[in-house]
Amino acid sequence: MTSATSTTATSDGFVVVPRRHLGRWIGAAVVLVFLVWLGVSVSRAALDWGVVRSYLTFPVILTGLGIAIVLTIAAMAIGLVMGVVTAVMRMSKNPVTAGVAWLYVWVFRGTPVYLQLLIWFNLAIIFPVIGFPGLAPTRTIDLLTPFVAAAIGLGLNQGAYTSEVVRSGILSVDEGQTEAAQAIGMPRLMILRRIVLPQAMRVIIPPVGNEVIGMLKTTSLASAIGVSEILAQAQHIYFVNSRIMELLIVCAIWYLAAVSVLSIGQFYLERHYAKGSTSKALAPTPLQRLRAVFGTARSY
Amino acid sequence: MSADLLVRAESVHKNFGSNQVLRGINLEVRRGEVLCLLGASGSGKSTLLRCINHLEAVSNGRIWVDDEVIGYRQDGNRLTELSDTEVARQRRSIGMVFQRFNLFPHMTVLENVIEGPTRVQRIDAGQARQEAIELLDRVGLAGREGSYPRQLSGGQQQRVAIARALAMKPVLMLFDEPTSALDPELVGEVLDVMKDLARSGLTMIVVTHEIGFAKEVADRVAFMADGQIVELGQPQEVLVNPQHERTRQFLSRVM
Repeated sequence: MTSATSTTATSDGFVVVPRRHLGRWIGAAVVLVFLVWLGVSVSRAALDWGVVRSYLTFPVILTGLGIAIVLTIAAMAIGLVMGVVTAVMRMSKNPVTAGVAWLYVWVFRGTPVYLQLLIWFNLAIIFPVIGFPGLAPTRTIDLLTPFVAAAIGLGLNQGAYTSEVVRSGILSVDEGQTEAAQAIGMPRLMILRRIVLPQAMRVIIPPVGNEVIGMLKTTSLASAIGVSEILAQAQHIYFVNSRIMELLIVCAIWYLAAVSVLSIGQFYLERHYAKGSTSKALAPTPLQRLRAVFGTARSY
Repeated sequence: MSADLLVRAESVHKNFGSNQVLRGINLEVRRGEVLCLLGASGSGKSTLLRCINHLEAVSNGRIWVDDEVIGYRQDGNRLTELSDTEVARQRRSIGMVFQRFNLFPHMTVLENVIEGPTRVQRIDAGQARQEAIELLDRVGLAGREGSYPRQLSGGQQQRVAIARALAMKPVLMLFDEPTSALDPELVGEVLDVMKDLARSGLTMIVVTHEIGFAKEVADRVAFMADGQIVELGQPQEVLVNPQHERTRQFLSRVM
């Protein structure tokens, strides 16, 4: 911005006076004033940052964070599998499988995920015993622990949304790709796995990355059915010591940290599936840029 | 079917809804023969080609390749539709080259060529690579193994597509307007590769608008109009001295 007001002399003797960006200066000043005001207010707030710092690494909080992350992974795994299976079923020529897939999406997208969690958690009321063919019947309460109920509930709900993402990804792959694979004698499932899905991934990953981030935050709903994830743990603590805001800020910091890590993972995944998608070389990763700066770059 | 016949089509019909695209095609192609299919767009030549490897199922009639009915198993007068796996097996010996190349963009040139041999025929990866490198050399693309399709020109992509089809060691190659999507200056390099294949004795059915190529390379030329073959014979007869009115009209427009 400083260069915006300076003048530069060009070689042919003319003096070029750049345009003054008065609006930019005003805009920046307004935002800075607001930030200072916010900072001063927060510093004056009755918040004990020492408490925030000490609870940040409190074992129960870390356990809760771990449970939230494991629950995210479990629910997204169920969601992705259900999403791919449902997408393929919906695109099938068989009206029964296509209809069942449609029904699944309709039910699970059409009801609140909170309600679905409560239903899974309370399933033992209507099905006290669950039996699978070939397995001994089990008491539902033993099988559907809060964590399992939450993973299934969140995962099945997610699958309904992910199936639409996967379907749009599959539809984005040119039909000629399938024909070329058929022409070299590939069977149908291999075409899906080797040719269509890898190309669909470019379209699928950005929204699924969004969904993973959303899922991490939605795991906080699982506290309602007794899963001791990070927010539930924070609540248990502040019910006792009344440091409500401090503990909520601890949670916010951890969620932000976890989401940042996930965003980095998404960057590398997108890069991996961008292979061959442009005629230029891929944009370097931050690490590769650093290496280039320090002259330790290897050829990639 | 006599031993030197590779492809036989018998009264092949194909409808898309009420639209009759093929209306009774009878055709025989001998081993080692190069047949060019000519005709105006919409005359059904691409559809006929796609019926030969069952990318389209025929509505009526039968097609044999190498003594096997394509898409069906015949017991007496009973035709049983083949499963996906069996259709896939039949396609392995029939190579196809598409107008728009249809290379797999997420794989390198080498990966494109070895995909079929390693995944479908399950031959050893090292051997597949060796053969792929030789094939790429044959189509003039030695050294481009690591490139991705989008980094190549159209002519280079089409030559990779030819190598990919040849890697399956097909008994028959189908070319569906292989030069129609190319810039004019790139047509020659693809046709040169195809001429080389024709000289090597590969059986080829080529849908094309390249009259010069047909005249030079084809053993026979078939001219199609309205879903039928209206004229079939040596290129010198059909292209130089056409008997049918539709052939004359077409040739006067393209030459």
